[in-house]
Amino acid sequence: MMAEAPLLEADRVSVSFGRIAAVREASFRLWPGEVLAIVGESGSGKTTLLRALHGEITPDDGRVLYRTAAGETVDLHRLSEPRRRALARTEWGFVHQNPRDGLRMAVSAGGNVGERLMAAGARHWGRIRAEAEGWLARVEIDGGRIDDPPRTFSGGMQQRLQIARVLVTEPRLVLMDEPTGGLDVSVQARLLDLIRSLVGELGIAAIIVTHDLAVARLLADRMLVMQRGEVVESGLTDQVLDDPQHPYSQLLVSSVLQA
Amino acid sequence: MSAPVLKVEGLAKSFTLHLQGGRRLPVLHGIDLAVAPGDCVALVGPSGAGKSTLMRALYGNYLAGEGRILVSHDGAMVDIASGDPRLIVSVRRRTIGYVSQFLRVIPRVSTLAIVAEPARRAGLGEAEAIERSRTLLARLNLPEALWDLPPATFSGGEQQRVNLARGFAYPYPIMLLDEPTASLDPANRAVVIGLIEEAKARGAAMVGIFHDREVREAVATRSIEVTPLRAEAA
Repeated sequence: MMAEAPLLEADRVSVSFGRIAAVREASFRLWPGEVLAIVGESGSGKTTLLRALHGEITPDDGRVLYRTAAGETVDLHRLSEPRRRALARTEWGFVHQNPRDGLRMAVSAGGNVGERLMAAGARHWGRIRAEAEGWLARVEIDGGRIDDPPRTFSGGMQQRLQIARVLVTEPRLVLMDEPTGGLDVSVQARLLDLIRSLVGELGIAAIIVTHDLAVARLLADRMLVMQRGEVVESGLTDQVLDDPQHPYSQLLVSSVLQA
Repeated sequence: MSAPVLKVEGLAKSFTLHLQGGRRLPVLHGIDLAVAPGDCVALVGPSGAGKSTLMRALYGNYLAGEGRILVSHDGAMVDIASGDPRLIVSVRRRTIGYVSQFLRVIPRVSTLAIVAEPARRAGLGEAEAIERSRTLLARLNLPEALWDLPPATFSGGEQQRVNLARGFAYPYPIMLLDEPTASLDPANRAVVIGLIEEAKARGAAMVGIFHDREVREAVATRSIEVTPLRAEAA
């Protein structure tokens, strides 16, 4: 098991915006089925790193290597744009903090889920509709709402719909940017439980960017702590949270109010 | 006696408090320990001596400073003190079980699902994991009416029994028990003594902190004294 190849590898990834170094030499590996949290305050570079991993931002330096379902290792930023998009459609998913960025607000809920299946190659209408219904049930959206557009949904429902849209194609890797940000606490708990059980059931690898250490503890096997663009600590999630080594990790952990 | 499945060699652990001017608190130094199948080692010593720190280091929850923590895992001795997260995840899944004093409650997840989760992750089938969980919850006298509720609102003693059921639902070769009977009544304490005796009989190697003398005398095959180290100035 230890000899298994990583699914994704960031190798000294650096991103700068003009003279500002947003991410400096970030390196890590992610193995199949593993959940990794990237934590840090706003401005720490965690979302920029996530977008570089997703291929939206091209790093100034370093590489992101991905092992495809076919077993080929590719350098994401050297792939042709159509090839990268094809991978993003079939093997990856991206869950945005704001569901409006990940959903088509005027298309029905069922359409939002079905569309992604069609993009991945599904053609049979009846099967697509049945699959969409199944996924709405899995994310606890009443089947009676299948023809309603998500703009008529609450924030929590929209976020669950976005998760269904992303997971319906059973991606191998899901990237999530503050998936519970902006939701009420009670709604957050439901969403977290859902993410936790779906990721576990499907054996998906995930990278979750969050500023919420409790989210990291609940969902992630491992975590990275970022400060001013640098990964200052990494390790087993509960070890980093209970026995943080770096001064900044100690500050983060000690700043959380115990509820 | 059979070969140890848990071997600690020269373990040291200190905490550096960066927010308190880099003050360094040495807690453990030169710890050696070997635990064989069927052994139940009780850690004894005054409060603050580092017993819980040692337990957490054995589980990979605290990073060891020096030394080795060798564990027999999937047919080889591996070193937890290396801090390799993937190794520790794998060791925790099938080799080391941990019963802590406090239950970490997950919102919305039922008691039965919380108890069955580690057994399922260890590789038991769904039906078997649930069956074992039900048997243990019943044995620990947790009313069946509570099994489908999340344990957030349970009493301390009820939560501890959920934790115990969770820890004993899978037959781990190594088990760490941190005050497993702290908030239990005598009847349930007797149940826990029974569970520990059965685990020893099937060959589990165990390390525990038992403040309750009666429990300790009933289950421990020997005791190890953990002595406090003096704090140094930064």
